[in-house]
Amino acid sequence: MHLLEAKNIEKRYASHLALDDVSVAVPENSIYGLLGPNGAGKTTLIRIINQITGPDKGEVSFMGRPMKADDIYKIGYLPEERGLYKKMKVGEQAIYLARLKGLSRTEAIKRLKYWFEKFEIQAWWDKKVEELSKGMAQKIQFVVTIIHEPSLLIFDEPFSGFDPINANLLKDEILTLKKKGATIIFSTHNMDSVEELCDEISLINKSKNILSGPIDQVRKEYGSNIFDLSFNGNIDSLRAAIDGNYEIVTHKTEGNSSIAQVKVHNYSTDNRLLKMALDAVEITGFNQVVPSMNDIFIQVVQEYNKNHKVVQE
Amino acid sequence: MNKILLIIEREFLTRVKKKSFIIMTVLTPILFAGIMVASIYLSMSTDTELKSIAVVDDSQLFEGKIPDTEYTKFQFIHDKKVDDLKTTYQQDGYYAVLYISHIIASSPDGAILYSEKQPSMDITQHIEGAIKKEIETQKLMSYNIDNLPQILESIKTKVNVRTIKWTKDGEEKESSTLLAMGFAYILSFIIYMLIFLFGSQVMRGVIEEKNNRIVEVIVSSVKPFQLMLGKIIGIASVSMLQIFVWIVLTFGLFTVGSSLLIDKPTDANQTQEVVTNLMEQPGMAQALPITVPTEQSEQAKFMSMLSNINFPLIIGGFVFFFLGGYLLYAAMFAAVGSAVDNEADSQQLVTPITIPLILALLVMASGLKAPDGPLAFWFSMIPFTSPIVMVTRLPYGVPTWQLITSGAILIATFLLFTWLAAKIYRTGILLYGKKYTWKEMWKWIRYSN
Repeated sequence: MHLLEAKNIEKRYASHLALDDVSVAVPENSIYGLLGPNGAGKTTLIRIINQITGPDKGEVSFMGRPMKADDIYKIGYLPEERGLYKKMKVGEQAIYLARLKGLSRTEAIKRLKYWFEKFEIQAWWDKKVEELSKGMAQKIQFVVTIIHEPSLLIFDEPFSGFDPINANLLKDEILTLKKKGATIIFSTHNMDSVEELCDEISLINKSKNILSGPIDQVRKEYGSNIFDLSFNGNIDSLRAAIDGNYEIVTHKTEGNSSIAQVKVHNYSTDNRLLKMALDAVEITGFNQVVPSMNDIFIQVVQEYNKNHKVVQE
Repeated sequence: MNKILLIIEREFLTRVKKKSFIIMTVLTPILFAGIMVASIYLSMSTDTELKSIAVVDDSQLFEGKIPDTEYTKFQFIHDKKVDDLKTTYQQDGYYAVLYISHIIASSPDGAILYSEKQPSMDITQHIEGAIKKEIETQKLMSYNIDNLPQILESIKTKVNVRTIKWTKDGEEKESSTLLAMGFAYILSFIIYMLIFLFGSQVMRGVIEEKNNRIVEVIVSSVKPFQLMLGKIIGIASVSMLQIFVWIVLTFGLFTVGSSLLIDKPTDANQTQEVVTNLMEQPGMAQALPITVPTEQSEQAKFMSMLSNINFPLIIGGFVFFFLGGYLLYAAMFAAVGSAVDNEADSQQLVTPITIPLILALLVMASGLKAPDGPLAFWFSMIPFTSPIVMVTRLPYGVPTWQLITSGAILIATFLLFTWLAAKIYRTGILLYGKKYTWKEMWKWIRYSN
């Protein structure tokens, strides 16, 4: 089941089309990556999901029915442009933000105490925000985003401003939230964390959704034609054995053993490659190369922009 | 609705807890009361110039009964009417003309002091005292002395010397009008400053939220309109609290201060006088508590003049027009705040807002001379200037229909402007990195949502 579905969303600002017929479907209890270059329209889509702004066309459904105004209390949003009142005390401010999300004062205090203890930041309760470092403020921001235990969490670049230790802490928390049943939309430029965390992704580029699907499927799809072939023997005898449907992209030799990256052209199969290689060298390993999300991102966006240049300008 | 209350609460509490708020709230009334007390004190301080006052006594009772003081001589005129003296008294070398009508014994308003300059409180009090004493003496003599307490009770008389100012163009104005004018002047300045002060607090609050980048966090919980309205109302309640404390403290401090500074020397003399008078006649001492309060002190006089002013109407009107004006301007200030990233950029956009406010101050200056003239009338109807101009007119008395019309226009306008400002605001707060113009903000108004 999909917790959130946005169908055929269109949003226009004056002469600029921010979202053009964009649809995304976020499965329940998944981590959904929302990727795309700067200015592609991700933030606009997120703001529409948060009801900060409304779509010109299209509709958003939440838990299988059209989204209601009350649903914002079931959503936790950590925007990319985030901050806190500098002059306000940490505790007071956290209570205020939690109450805005519908918690009572006593409930807010109870839950905040728990999280402050867990993150070992109780000592900050009576400090003013301006006395905290950026990373400290980010932690508080994270706590107030999840304090009302929303069923949908939206994190926009959550790791920016965190040191590696705290980034890991955060990553673990996000995974724990998922384990507890939350659904998470995760927008970032950090492709390593996408590979690590996301179940499904959508790639928004130039106001359109140009690539969607489960992350494994996407990666396999874009990597189905490159293989790593490990062998003992001479690279030249391998090169001589294969025909024009196969191309050795790179190779590495260490003593007697080598690894060659082979690209398969023209819908030839990997079985045929193996068959030919078997006669020439002693094969020690063979596996498909799954491209990184980083590579896919760059490849897909560049290809799209090349093909749509005329249309866009 | 619940969420708006929460926002109001935060806006209110964070501001009220600030040191600067507490200092402002306490210091301002001290300053105001200080100025008021000082000005009365100065007006009472002895005038060392020798003056003579012409007395026209229609009652024929007071010839030689008003003693000269160190600096003031009284000359009784028999050959001239008071109306003639009005035009010639200055050439004749008189400082003022005192007219005592024949009804003086029965009416407290029987004596009038005419002068071009505002006569000092000393002089009027001296005259009052003398006339009063004479009337009391005359009345005492006509009674049998046996039942003295009852007699004393029955001869209690009150005399008010009304001072009427003659200006060069022959216009007559009562002193209480002067007071009204001064009062109006102060009120309009206060209202101008308050609208500016609290309006720009709204703008600063909006810029702060935008600058801190907290605004997007908050609008994911509440509608931008709720945030804007909560801020405007929150700051309005801060202003109401502050104004309330100011009024109470100013009056309190003024009462205490004036009784400490002003009353003591004069009161002591008067009381002394009364006591000696009474002591000469045995059995009179017990009447003392009744007699003393009838002596009018300077402060009481000032207070009685203040009481001529319709305070409930003025304070009510002040609060209403301040609130209306504040809400109208606060909406515009909020719109400006949403369109800039920091305060330095706001100046250019604020200028068009301040023009009507400054215009209102200019109109007010002329409105003081002709509070019912067409200029004052129209500018007290236009909602951008009415808060200042109407409040200026209040102490002079304003027809009810004008008050209601002006109030209704003001309410309608601030509702319209709050609606427009909300449309600018919800777009502006989410845009960063650029200074926007009024023209672009006009475009935002037409965005659907």
